[in-house]
This record gives sequence, structure tokens and C-alpha cells, in this order.
Amino acid sequence: MEKSITLNKPLKPKLSKILKDDFRRNKVKYAMISVIVLYYILFYYVPMYGTIIAFQDFVPRKGIMGSNWVGFKHFINFFNDLSFWKVLKNTLTLSFLDLCICFPSAILFALFLNEIRCRTFKKTVQTITYLPHFISLVVICGMIKEFCGYNGLFNYIGSFFGAERVSMLQQPNMFKWIFIFSKIWQELGWSSIIYLAAFSGINEELYEAAEIDGAGRIRQTLVVTLPGILPTVVIMLVLRIGQILGIGHEKVLLLYNPATYEKADVIMSFVFRKGLEEFNWSYSTAVNMFNSIANFTFLILANTASKKLTESSLW
Amino acid sequence: MMRKRTNGQRAFAVFNTLFMSLFAIICLYPMLHVICGSFSEPHLLASNDGLLLKPAGFSLEAYEAIFSNNVIVNGYANTLFVLIVGTSINMILTIVAAYVLSSKDVFWKFPIMMMIVITMYFQGGMIPDYLNIRRLGLYNSIWSVILPVAVNSFNLIIMRTGFESIPNSLLESADLDGANDFHKLLNIVVPLAKPTIAVIILYYGVAHWNSWFTASIYISDKGKMPLQVILREILILNSTDSMSRSDSSYNIGETIKYSTIVVSTLPILCIYPFLQKYFANGVMVGAVKG
Repeated sequence: MEKSITLNKPLKPKLSKILKDDFRRNKVKYAMISVIVLYYILFYYVPMYGTIIAFQDFVPRKGIMGSNWVGFKHFINFFNDLSFWKVLKNTLTLSFLDLCICFPSAILFALFLNEIRCRTFKKTVQTITYLPHFISLVVICGMIKEFCGYNGLFNYIGSFFGAERVSMLQQPNMFKWIFIFSKIWQELGWSSIIYLAAFSGINEELYEAAEIDGAGRIRQTLVVTLPGILPTVVIMLVLRIGQILGIGHEKVLLLYNPATYEKADVIMSFVFRKGLEEFNWSYSTAVNMFNSIANFTFLILANTASKKLTESSLW
Repeated sequence: MMRKRTNGQRAFAVFNTLFMSLFAIICLYPMLHVICGSFSEPHLLASNDGLLLKPAGFSLEAYEAIFSNNVIVNGYANTLFVLIVGTSINMILTIVAAYVLSSKDVFWKFPIMMMIVITMYFQGGMIPDYLNIRRLGLYNSIWSVILPVAVNSFNLIIMRTGFESIPNSLLESADLDGANDFHKLLNIVVPLAKPTIAVIILYYGVAHWNSWFTASIYISDKGKMPLQVILREILILNSTDSMSRSDSSYNIGETIKYSTIVVSTLPILCIYPFLQKYFANGVMVGAVKG
């Protein structure tokens, strides 16, 4: 008995010994990664600590240690702020339209593209439709601004069909459509790539089997193609839902103007204006914090739901 | 495989071809419009608000105005600096981190990975980031748009997945030959992961090229601003005045905008065909991540 215990001992070395050996073996690797760890601390974890100014009346001159603590004052303030509910509503509207129009249209586009038989034509369409993705957002918005102007291209086309000329970007109600359709124009081709890649992963034999069973093209699409790409669709959907309140403030900041604030202002552009234009540091940080917590909650919910329903999930 | 097509399928094929062609034209036309507009004579362009299939008149006045004004040239230089220096830093750090995090038998690998993944879901946010940049003394320096984005966690994970697929036996045999980590990284891992590395360079490069928001809040000196911030002033905030000479009897602002778009987008259009072969590859790499 005693012998076996002494024999077993060296097989279970102490933690301190494991750490020491590990360090000796991987010295160079730890030296390499230390730069990256330092980077994450400096540019991610220090700002994360900085979010506690949401619970203060932060004054830059006094610093984080010297500013007064106010508890949940800023959170209570923005829940009582009418303009906050307005931007929340705008954010949800844009996000919802994005989810209902842009998301499925990419899948549809990929399905259509997949049905093209002629390779050269398919390749040409792909080349052209991926291109707008590579034009910078600022330039895209500059083009939108030109085309939506009173004398712009869209008004020309509109007047052709008898519509009245208006300066489109000054119309609050048109903002969401300009936002969504320009996104489709820019990203439809690019966002379909992932589904095209998923198509190529589907086993050809499934199609042959379906054909022998007498399934037509439409039926084959429904019973083979769609189930085949479902995991990809679900993952993309979960990721999209995790971004539901994070809709691109950069594009909004480039396209909106005082005339359309009422409909175009989203949470992150609100955070930007409150913080960096009106210098309400703490209030703005509180709104931002609410935003990230809400996004994360949505992500968890979507992921849990998809795990239950389809067995594909992020983690 | 030859399949006989039914009438319905033939009808669909026709519809599909028409639809795809139409969408391709819609994608392409705005760019054509901009190019034609940029070469137009300003007063002719002002009186023509319809479709442009060729320039209205022909004039290079707008291009002269752009190149004689050093704002855009300067912005270009700043953007090139950010692209070259920034992407190099990105790649060095990402490759090194991915190498360490993909190697076997590293005790602290998992905690470090956790530390990185957490930042994908929780970040300080706009204001704490801004205050942090000021505290670090990066405010109003070109480094403020390079250092805070030195590593992208998502790209790092893609790279790590790429490195993990390299057979471990190769690294072990290198160990037997007495190769150190730098040798293994440079002579085995990097050459084998070239396709992934190309895709990640593309991702980082495009991100640097497009970025304008951080530069607009972290940099206040006009002379240090990258191209996209300058473009925003010209295209969105409408400040073409500095470029239109006061002696001209008409406003050439419109053509200046068009030619600015052309000048700032041309490099992308030129390298685009060469990048294309990496696209599908890139998405496959990204899909592995999930």
C-alpha cells in the first residue's frame, strides 16, 4: 500500500511546480504575448474601469477618484428623458427594418445567384455587386447626399414618374428608407457570400436523391438547400440580434441633420452628441452602458433560443 | 449533369437573368454617374439633373482645383501612413498572439483567451475610450487612430483557428531540430498560413482605409487628419469653398465633390480585381470561427 502511494506522488505534481515548469518552457511565448496583454489592458480594461463615471458627476479636472458619486442618478434621468425614448424607438425601427429587409434579402439574393447556370454571367454579377462594399462609408454617404438633393438623381427619376421634388434628406419620414435601401445597395452582394459558401458545403447527392424522389427545383430548394444553410443563417441571425441596439451610428452621423433628428437620431449618435458635443460625460456613459448591457442580453437570449430550437449556437 | 428544363424553369431563368442584370446596373450606375459628373463642365452639369451616360461637356477644372489644394493630398499622405504602419503593427501583433494562443501546453493560454473574448462583448464605450486616449497623451496624434485598434479580437480568433489547423507534428519535428519560437513562427507557421494572413491583411487594411469616426474625435489638427475625415468635410459638411477660386463666375462645388469621390475611390477600384480571389476564401475562414 505504502509503496503505491509514494509511486503515485510524482504523477500529481504540485501547482507551483506546474507553473514553474510551464514558465521555464514557455518563457519566450509569454514574453511575446505580454505585449498583447498590455494592449488589452491599456485600451480595453482601463476604459472598462472608466465606465464607473456613469455613477458619478464626472468632471475631467477632478478625475475619476475626485468626482462626486451620485449612484443611479443618470440612469434614472435618462429613463425619464423623453428624448431617450425617442432615440430608443428610432433605433428599434431601423434595426427592425434592417432585420426584416436586409437580412432575408441577402439569403434570397444568394439563392437566386445560385440558380444562374452561366458561370461567366454569375462571376460578373458577383464582381459588380461586391464592389460597393469596398467604397468607404463617407463616400457612400456623400453620394447619397448628392443623389437625394433637390436637383439630384433620385428626384429626377421621381419626377419622371410624377413625384414632387423634395430635398429627401430633409424629410424625417424618408430617413429610414434612405438608410435601409442604401444599405441594401452597398451590402447585398457582399453579405450573400457567406450563404454562397454554405451552399457549396451541401452534399450534391442530396439533390440527386431529391430529384429521384420527384422533387422539382422549388421543392429541392425547400427541402435540401434551405435546411443545408440553416446553421449558417441561425448563427448570422444570432449575431445580428446581438447588435440590435448598436445600429451603425457612423452612417447616421453622416446622414442626419437637425431637420431629421427627430426620426434619425439613434442611441449611439445620442451618446455621441451628449458626450462629445454637450460634454455630459457621465450621462452619456450611462446611456452607452445601458446600450451594451441591453445588446448583450439580446445576444444571450437569441443564442439560448437558437440552442433550444435548432441546436446551433455561438457557444 | 444534363437536366431537362420545364417551361417554368425556363421562365424563371429568364426572370432571374433580368433581375440580376438590373441589380448589377443599379450597383454600377451611381459610380458611372459620379465619374461622368467629375469630368463635366460645371455650368452644364448644373443645368443637367438627369442621368449621365457621358460627361456634360468636358473639363478638368475640378481635378485641377483638387490637386492644387493640398488638403486632399495631405489627407492621402496621412491615410497612407496609417495604412502602412497601422496594418504592419496589426499583423505583427495578431500573428504573434495567434501563434502563442494556438500552441500546445501553454498554461495561461485559456485565461488570456478569456480576457480577449470578454472585450468582444464588453467595451468601455465612446466616452471612457475618449478620456483614456487623452490620459495616454495620444490626443491629436496620428497614433490615436493606430494604437487603439492594434489588435482586432475577431481577426485574432480567425488567425488562431488558421494556425491551429497546422499539423502539430511539423512543429514537434522542428523542436527536435532545436528551432526556437521565432524560427518556428517565421519558417513554418507563417508560410503555411499564407491564405489566412492575406485575408486578415485585407480586413485590417479596409478597416483603416474606411475609418473616420475615431479620427474625427481624437484628432483636431487639420494637417493630421486622414483622407476620410477630409472627405467628410467636403462631401457631407459642404466645405468646397476653400477649393473653388473666388474669381470663377459659377460654383464648381458640385464637380469638385464628384471628382473628390473619384480621386479617393480610384485606388480601391484599381486593386479590387486583384483582391477578389481572396473574398470567398476570407468568408470561409470567418465561417470556421462560429
